[in-house]
Amino acid sequence: MSFQLICFYAFAAITVGAALAVISVRSPVHAALCLVLTFFSTACTWLLADAEFLAIALVLVYVGAVMVLFLFVVMMLDLDLDPLREGFVRALPVGIVVAAVMLVEMLGLIGVRSMQLPAPPDPAAAAGMSNTSWLANALFSQFLLPFEVAALILTVAIVAAIPLTLRRRTGTRTQNPGRQVMVQARDRVRIVKMAAEKPAPAADKTGETTP
Amino acid sequence: MITLAHFLTLGAVLFCIAVAGIFINRKNVITLLMAIELMLLAVNTNFVAFSRFLGDPSGQVFVFFILTVAAAESAIGLAILVVLFRNRATINVTEIDSMKG
Repeated sequence: MSFQLICFYAFAAITVGAALAVISVRSPVHAALCLVLTFFSTACTWLLADAEFLAIALVLVYVGAVMVLFLFVVMMLDLDLDPLREGFVRALPVGIVVAAVMLVEMLGLIGVRSMQLPAPPDPAAAAGMSNTSWLANALFSQFLLPFEVAALILTVAIVAAIPLTLRRRTGTRTQNPGRQVMVQARDRVRIVKMAAEKPAPAADKTGETTP
Repeated sequence: MITLAHFLTLGAVLFCIAVAGIFINRKNVITLLMAIELMLLAVNTNFVAFSRFLGDPSGQVFVFFILTVAAAESAIGLAILVVLFRNRATINVTEIDSMKG
């Protein structure tokens, strides 16, 4: 048993244990933290499969961004957990049976035992480059259009997520930049035509009495 | 020596755990979203393993796209969840029945 295989078994055991904890712990915060551990140890198994770029991307994107988003939302919502947990014990046998049947089907019928082929030499190293440049060569030549579409999907997701959660409170005073830009000078200042001097008061006749 | 079967077994086990999670946490939308993420992770593990053992970069490129779409999906899903909780004050799936489907 090589060192790599021992590492694989350790990481796979942590992955499976953490995944079991994700679906079985009571608190959603703990579930999210267990999911972080699952992603991290899966990234370690990907490293063993020489997929360095994707392993780091998984840690950065999932552990760094998506799971923080999950934790943020879970902690923001004030959840009442008891009604969410009812039916857990009743559905447990069904879930276990379905999962076990699916596992047996996948492992047995699809034929994992027949796929015990040893690893060929690392294709990226055989091509004389790192995993990242091996991946980038395919991504930016053969898959350039899907790459641009993926960027578009992310933009659409941002644009969709912000108005979904945008809330306008009533009674707050805000600026409206559109109206600020569109304002004309005549809306603000009114120029009135008038004489520069006031006419002298018509009290000349009474002034004659004074010496 | 790590063989292809090791990775495929890991992916299958993860996928089945996620399916079981969807069955036993039918009321909690957050746990359902997490189970979907686990499923995507299992599929990604298969893609990475096949890409490594067949020597084809397309599998890893596909994992890249799956990560992108999954990030967008979870962002939209969590936004919908926040709006849902704001309007209904619950995330219980059995109480979200206003469309009477």
